[in-house]
Amino acid sequence: MVDSSPETVTPLTEESAIASLQQEDLSLRYYAAWWLGKFRIRTKAAVDALIVALADEDHRTELGDYPLRRNAARALGKLEDKSAIDSLIQALECSDFYVREAAAQSLEMLGATTAIPALKLLLNSGTEATKQVTGRPHSLEPCEAVIEALGSLGATETVPLIESFLNQPVVKVQYAALRALYQLTQNDVYGQRLVDALKGSDVKLRRVALTDLGAIGYLPAAEAIAQCSVESSFKLIALKGLLEHLALQANLSDAIRVMSLMDSLL
Amino acid sequence: MTALQELIQSVEQASEPAQLVAAVQALVAVKDKQAISTLIAVLGYNNPAAAIAAVAGLIELGTDSVQPLMEQLDEYNYGARAYSIRALAAICDPRALELFINAATTDFAPSVRRGSAIGLGRLQWDRLNPEQVYPAQQQAMATLLSISGDTDWSIRYAATVGLQALAKIPELKAQITSHFDGQSQTESDVGVRSRLHWAQQVLSQV
Repeated sequence: MVDSSPETVTPLTEESAIASLQQEDLSLRYYAAWWLGKFRIRTKAAVDALIVALADEDHRTELGDYPLRRNAARALGKLEDKSAIDSLIQALECSDFYVREAAAQSLEMLGATTAIPALKLLLNSGTEATKQVTGRPHSLEPCEAVIEALGSLGATETVPLIESFLNQPVVKVQYAALRALYQLTQNDVYGQRLVDALKGSDVKLRRVALTDLGAIGYLPAAEAIAQCSVESSFKLIALKGLLEHLALQANLSDAIRVMSLMDSLL
Repeated sequence: MTALQELIQSVEQASEPAQLVAAVQALVAVKDKQAISTLIAVLGYNNPAAAIAAVAGLIELGTDSVQPLMEQLDEYNYGARAYSIRALAAICDPRALELFINAATTDFAPSVRRGSAIGLGRLQWDRLNPEQVYPAQQQAMATLLSISGDTDWSIRYAATVGLQALAKIPELKAQITSHFDGQSQTESDVGVRSRLHWAQQVLSQV
């Protein structure tokens, strides 16, 4: 993910960023919330100020969106402070799609297993949730982020629910389901389908599949990743994902196989 | 028009991506150094398959490609620049030393910096004048040691690969080994730590 910086860059400090979150100027609040996440300001004061910002009512667009809440939700995922979990679970009920999406991603980053029931609720309508909202560039629910979170959080009871998303038409959601199902079952069938996706005709989708394989550390994909027709930096990151999964098991010969491929992509 | 001129023209006039790839492959196949300039231009066409074919052709032409690659380095297109560096790093000609040092330390594009780091480890030092060899090796090592503390994990990873290759030089081995020992104590990234561990293992067996 690439962080987008606002155009007017004011140099901030930890104190001034936290103070900015309470200022009148809404753009300054928006920037400060992004800044605290970007520079990983992990103090209690920063986390508390962002939790307040997550319930903000001042910064609303004409369409009813909550820009500051979005940035606060994104930042809280990066600060590794579990005291944000309950507020993020509440943010899953926000009317703004992008707040719900950011909250799901941050809960995944925080390893918040207590969020599983609330995440499941977002998929209550089943694959209906992947339908596009008229006039907006997004679906009804942030299915991709929710499914990925359920996979990472080890919500094994959601396997049948997630399986139903394999047959809906949105390809990125299919890949998210494959990724989660592999994490939840360790069944090669799902990993292999992501490997097959590396040969797809759309380069953007090849990048998504590559990222998913890296995230689940699917070792049998190593050679296919190295040969995939995508920029080297994406392949390098995916192979590093494989390597990180291996390093935990201290499996040196497999690690050397992956690192040899990485070396050839430098 | 000669056969070579026709091949060059078909590269310059290709209008479809697949047509360009085929034209580049045909030009590469004749292995003529007069094709070098055209092959370098292809690196900036934003067609990865054609660029990969052109890089392979430039590498095959070897030392003849070095001077043109350095002179025609694209300052405004980092994708093209990364391909040029990749070709130079594979040709291993020590005339690229200065270029690699500058690119490894100052280029904004990680792909260019990684390629330069690999290149610094691989140069064919015996092609320099004897009195230049040791200072050049020292410069290469100093550059890699300095970027091994970069904030980007992929740069630290590439520096490790470059340093492992440089450690084949007996005069440098002790310093590189002790650097690896120190860095592996403090390295925060699991991937880089794994690569350091592998490098240490290889060096301990030589």
